[in-house]
Amino acid sequence: MRWFWYASPQTFYPLAGKLAVAGGLAAAVLAVVGLYVGLLVAPTDAQQGEAYRIIFIHVPAAWMSMFIYVVMAFWAGLGLAFNTRLSGMMASALAPTGALFTFIALWTGALWGRPTWGTYWVWGDARLMSELILLFLYFGFMALHASIEDPRRADRAAALLALVGVVNIPIIYYSVKWWNTLHQGASVSLSAAPKMAATMLSGMLVMALAFWMYSVAAAMLRVRGIIRERGS
Amino acid sequence: MLEARDLECERGGKVLFRHLGFALSPGETLRIAGANGSGKTSLLRILCGLLTPSAGEVLWNGARIQSLKEEYARHVLYVGHAPAVKDELTGAENLRAACVLAGLSPSAEQTRDALARFGVPVDKPVRQLSQGQRRRAALARLSVSWKAPVWLLDEPFTALDAAAADLTRTLLGEHAQRGGSVAYSTHQDAGLRDSRVIEL
Amino acid sequence: MLAAARIVVWRELLVAMRRRSDVATALLFFVIVTSLFPLGIGAEPNKLRAIAPGVIWVAALLSSMLSLGRLFAADHADGTLEQMVLGAAPLGVTAAAKAFAHWLVSGLPLVAIAPLLALQYDLDAGLYGVLALSLLLGTPVLSLVGGIGAALTLGVRGGGVLLALLVLPLYVPVLVMGAGAVEMASAGLGGQGQLLILGAMLIVAVAFAPWATAAALRISSE
Repeated sequence: MRWFWYASPQTFYPLAGKLAVAGGLAAAVLAVVGLYVGLLVAPTDAQQGEAYRIIFIHVPAAWMSMFIYVVMAFWAGLGLAFNTRLSGMMASALAPTGALFTFIALWTGALWGRPTWGTYWVWGDARLMSELILLFLYFGFMALHASIEDPRRADRAAALLALVGVVNIPIIYYSVKWWNTLHQGASVSLSAAPKMAATMLSGMLVMALAFWMYSVAAAMLRVRGIIRERGS
Repeated sequence: MLEARDLECERGGKVLFRHLGFALSPGETLRIAGANGSGKTSLLRILCGLLTPSAGEVLWNGARIQSLKEEYARHVLYVGHAPAVKDELTGAENLRAACVLAGLSPSAEQTRDALARFGVPVDKPVRQLSQGQRRRAALARLSVSWKAPVWLLDEPFTALDAAAADLTRTLLGEHAQRGGSVAYSTHQDAGLRDSRVIEL
Repeated sequence: MLAAARIVVWRELLVAMRRRSDVATALLFFVIVTSLFPLGIGAEPNKLRAIAPGVIWVAALLSSMLSLGRLFAADHADGTLEQMVLGAAPLGVTAAAKAFAHWLVSGLPLVAIAPLLALQYDLDAGLYGVLALSLLLGTPVLSLVGGIGAALTLGVRGGGVLLALLVLPLYVPVLVMGAGAVEMASAGLGGQGQLLILGAMLIVAVAFAPWATAAALRISSE
């Protein structure tokens, strides 16, 4: 019952404010811990030296880019199915943050690629390409929404686009398994024991959580802005 | 029976109407009146299922039209503002396409008769017809759509000369007598015997 | 249901035949784009042979994007789209019929003409088959998936470029597989893998794209 009460933008507004503050604080704390682990505690990599430390930004950002898209598509689907205004607003609030993390993943990936693979970018790599496609999907979502005058139609059209694009996420995720190109195989799996040092893994997970909390805070602030802008 | 319950329509930030409800039984004619911009077109589009109302629902024989989709669409004839004819095709080709899409299959005879009744040249591309002839080509559907019980017409009498307006009135009257329901919008009195009038 | 699909295809083809300039434009664009590259890059045979599959495929993609704008725009303007949405047949079937007609008019001619254009690039004659087959499998996917974008951007400002942005991420896998098939074949490695994936994409597109297009058309009709 309480969920439906919060489905109204008016009642959600104050809750969003509280979540934004909580998220922001959590993000700050986790980021400090994560960076401490990543930059100071985790050992130097045998093959890559210090350059590998960018992994503590790159991998969590990539995880977030995919996770946010799925959440965005979830809100989009909800909005289409139940015709609720807040769902559409949530999807719009998430998109810029998702695009940001996708960009960060691509950028840090390029910076990492230079010392390790000898090049900033490789066109043939399946995962790189799918991540780039993801960035275009985010841009397309935002552009479509911005081009349609009527906010309801904009929400619904963009929502449909988000759902059509969701097929890209498993492609990114599994691309390293299906196509043996430049990207290393998955080192972190839910079932098998990870193939990297425990401190590296914990550093990445903490950073991932930090990014997640940041996303929550950013999305909550943005959704409040959207609620104010749309009036009711 | 077509029933509207508690309809609310919001367009461009403005609420055009709310808590609108009525029932349209077989044999009844409903006139939707109102000034330009009052929501007549929106109401008709809500009734045929093209537009989703911001609140309320439309029921056909007790079931929500949103769940019925094609089932309901088969029972509706909607003539909107746009004539829904392709410029490159002839009157006959256009009418045939419109009928098949609506689930009807009139014979070539019936198509020609319908167009002739409205004074539309059968084999000329619509591009070469006058505005009035184009409008009449769109209305020619009325002659072959007796199977669709619900007729929803958006300002059907606009830009029609006296003869065509009379013919349209006759067809609408005949449809109501057959047991069909008609809902149409207009901004002036069209001379039909309306069972009900809604002012927006 | 089949009657509705048939009548939609019949109507589209009739309109296309009577507006031959539209159809010719897309085809001409394809020819012009493929002819520009040798002029711009220089006519060194080895280089041309290497870029041929990619260039032809990109030209096909661009040509498809160009003609997508016409898919629903005219229907939206003259009111025939509304009647299709309100039709007795499921909108997905009608949307699929539109995509099929679009492919017949804008995609199939490309398949036929591609080997001729490949001549300009001195592409090995043995590769014509793979090229044509890759286009035969890929161009319907472009029509089907492009239809979703065309339906979403109906009557929206910035239409053409916005449509390209929306449709591009979905087109890229088709491009990669299509051009890749020919490249693999030219390297002597067959190219069947890519062709099979193209086939799979086609099947998935046929199964899902019409329903997404139908949903998009309903949203755009409001």
